[in-house]
Amino acid sequence: MSPDRVTPDTGGGDAKSVMNAAEIARTTTRMSHELLELAGGAEDLVILGILTRGVPLARRIAKAVGDAEGIVVPSGELDITMYRDDLRSQPLRPVGRTVLPGPINDKVVVLVDDVLFSGRTVQAALIALADLGRPAKILLVVLVDRGHRDMPIQAHIVGRHLPTARSESVRVAMAEMDGHDEVTIEPDEATL
Amino acid sequence: MTSPRFLSSPATKEPGVSTDTSAFVITGAQLPDGTRTDLFISDGVLVGERPDNAEAIDADGLIALPGLVDLHTHLREPGREDAETVASGSLAAARGGFTCIHAMANTTPVTDTAENAEHIADLGREAGHAQVVPIGAITKGLGGKELAELGLMHQSRAGVRVFSDDGNCVMDPGLMRRAFEWVRPFDGVLAQHAQDSGLAGPGACCHEGELSGRLGLAGWPPVAESVIIARDVQLAEATGSRLHVCHVTSAEGVDVIRWAKARGINVTAEATPHHLYLTTAEVVGYDTLYKVNPPLRTDEHVEAIRAALADGTIDIVGTDHAPHAPQDKDHAFADARPGMLGLEQALAVVMETMVHTGRLDWAGVVDRMSAAPARIGRVAEQGRPLAVGEPATLVLVDPARRATVDRDDSASLSRNNPYHGRDLPDPVELTMWAGRITHRR
Amino acid sequence: MRDLLGIEGMALDDIRSVLATAEEMHEIQQRPIKKLPALRGRTVVNLFFEDSTRTRSSFELAAKWLSADAINVAAKGSSASKGESMRDTLMTLDSMGVDAIVMRHGGSGSVAQAAGWVKAAMINAGDGTHEHPTQALLDAHAMLRHFRAHNLGDLQGKEVVIVGDLLHSRVVRSNCLLLPQLGAHVTLVAPPTLMPPGVGTWNVEVNHDLDSALPSADVVMMLRVQRERMLGGFFPSEREYTIRYGLTAQRLTKLSPHAVIAHPGPLNRGLEISSAAADSARSIVLDQVSAGVAVRMSVLYHLLAA
Repeated sequence: MSPDRVTPDTGGGDAKSVMNAAEIARTTTRMSHELLELAGGAEDLVILGILTRGVPLARRIAKAVGDAEGIVVPSGELDITMYRDDLRSQPLRPVGRTVLPGPINDKVVVLVDDVLFSGRTVQAALIALADLGRPAKILLVVLVDRGHRDMPIQAHIVGRHLPTARSESVRVAMAEMDGHDEVTIEPDEATL
Repeated sequence: MTSPRFLSSPATKEPGVSTDTSAFVITGAQLPDGTRTDLFISDGVLVGERPDNAEAIDADGLIALPGLVDLHTHLREPGREDAETVASGSLAAARGGFTCIHAMANTTPVTDTAENAEHIADLGREAGHAQVVPIGAITKGLGGKELAELGLMHQSRAGVRVFSDDGNCVMDPGLMRRAFEWVRPFDGVLAQHAQDSGLAGPGACCHEGELSGRLGLAGWPPVAESVIIARDVQLAEATGSRLHVCHVTSAEGVDVIRWAKARGINVTAEATPHHLYLTTAEVVGYDTLYKVNPPLRTDEHVEAIRAALADGTIDIVGTDHAPHAPQDKDHAFADARPGMLGLEQALAVVMETMVHTGRLDWAGVVDRMSAAPARIGRVAEQGRPLAVGEPATLVLVDPARRATVDRDDSASLSRNNPYHGRDLPDPVELTMWAGRITHRR
Repeated sequence: MRDLLGIEGMALDDIRSVLATAEEMHEIQQRPIKKLPALRGRTVVNLFFEDSTRTRSSFELAAKWLSADAINVAAKGSSASKGESMRDTLMTLDSMGVDAIVMRHGGSGSVAQAAGWVKAAMINAGDGTHEHPTQALLDAHAMLRHFRAHNLGDLQGKEVVIVGDLLHSRVVRSNCLLLPQLGAHVTLVAPPTLMPPGVGTWNVEVNHDLDSALPSADVVMMLRVQRERMLGGFFPSEREYTIRYGLTAQRLTKLSPHAVIAHPGPLNRGLEISSAAADSARSIVLDQVSAGVAVRMSVLYHLLAA
């Protein structure tokens, strides 16, 4: 029963690298500036990374935004496991922890995830947020939008639009947990 | 002494496996002493000359034993005819090679009056599968407070000689003493269910030991049995009366009986097939099939019981055949009714545990399962040797045949058969009671 | 993991996973909105043949906070009084299509029996004097939280002293199976009359002298002693029991400075535990209660979420 935490395999022979560390760094910086512009400042921002690889990305963006404004921008972690609409049909998933830096009522919550695909994760995240408070506004920032949406969800800020086939899988490695930064495409979707 | 009314009076009207023939020639049977012979039967009796118009029964390779006698059978009639009737239970007995069973008193109503005892004897005679001898309760309603009408049950048509509150122990020593005294003039015997209620109360359901501690089941320690046996043998000695100890399960109990016999006390004792064969390890899965009172015990106790049955410290095998309907077993272990079936596999289990292990020869089996129980119950026409002039009450046994026990292949109305699915001897070929075939494979 | 019948039979990986998830559930318990959709559409029946406000409401909250539909069936005496067997009661509920049955019954082994009959997941909420697995898991969870909060590590090498009516306790059996697997050393303290038979074969130490066991304890877990046991001769008087085996105010001084006091409740104040002990800063009794909901949420999640 004990679920294994899924660790992306980025070393597969067929994997094709589409973003390297330098590109990811540049893109993250750009997204941070776009966010600042879109939000009209950093005062009310709470930046929440969706577990697992949205978390380091959110921290980086929070730091970049904070550095630019000379303040500390609060960041946190959002676990959406128990809100997933496919929970029942999958093997047991380990429950992660939601860590909020403070109340989110009347804040501008920025949801950060690594890859936007079907939109189901974001949908679950929106429901999860509703159980945590009532933000003034919710913004969505993703590093990669690979298309193939199952529902009407769009990100406010996208690092890279990546055309993919549905059967391919996009893996994001983050240095904080994977040792290096990279985005790869693999031809066959591994069973997740 | 003999009560001919128990013999198969008008045989042709009996519903059992009847036959028009009243004469048989059984050829080639081996007797318990090892000799081979033909048996001639006419009008319910073993005769010296080959009778005319006899049905021939080929017994080549079979052993002929006197019909088996059970001193401890629970029929559920009257009261719980869904679980067992006198007819179904006595047919199960015939299938197990028994020609006589003693019906325990714990029915509803309790067999504590002459009328109730006669009713059961009558039901047995009507069914015609085996001689059914009622056991009378020692105390009214098995309540342990007042004596039942012991003498009236004895002088009734039922001729009760064995008295027991089985299921309950007669705890009051004063009452037990008076019962011993009361039955002495008519040679009655008290069959005690030895269970000290202070040491093993109503909730006790598992041999007390490592397993009961682990399973969280209330313990039933062997000492709860042996202290009552110790008390009762001394009461029997003091009153000069007869004690029979039901279902001895413990090495401690055996020790006390051995001491009492050495002292000349008039005590006999019984072991059940399940206590010879099964151990408390069966209880691990909380299967209520294995809930029985007294409980299954450990290997050491099983060994002590086998040794005692072999050396005669334990005199007889009594089945404690205890049918139960599913609704009485489908409860938590502590709440389920105790008891298991035994009549149909008793001989098989004794063969497996005593004969095949070299502890008893066939003469020993005859003694423990036929002659001795008939003697204790004073049933004159049962447990007799297969000799000219004796009743043609016998069982033909195939010593080699084995089978996997199927609980559905049974005459009992209940299915709480602990041997289901086990490979055991399957010996009984034919059972004959007073010249009438009551079971034939 | 299909059922939770006892700590016996539970894989160590499952134990660790349930405890880890309980930690996350604990965090959710602190939220203003304690509702998660994980078990939406699932139905959990609390089938209690014995009364237990504490355990039943804990399971009920756990189910509801995970959005399962929870109903309570008080079956006390009902089946027996209607001539219905325990099997009938279980099969009836199962036929309604429920997903899990949380069962408490006075008969040891009854939940394992039930698991053999029904399709629903069976959860043992206490079977006779056999096991109470969620209580042991919550005890472990409460201890772990305490140790972590005080930088005392985990259960590895900890000394847990369990004191009281061990003979009639289902909690002690589950804890003796669980805590050693998590690295703790367990010492049982009880008078000989209240010690389970065969306890020498358990993976624990046995002691009849409370005072000698207390100084090395990291956790002292006091178990309830019912006054009615006096009638069976299990102890001579409340006074003698308390003086010899109770956690009195005087005995508190024997504890090491970091030791804590646990009790699965309900407390018999003045008998096995003094108010001085129950209400002291060392007491984690209320932490056990809150741990109960988190652990039961975790158990339900493990059995029903996938």
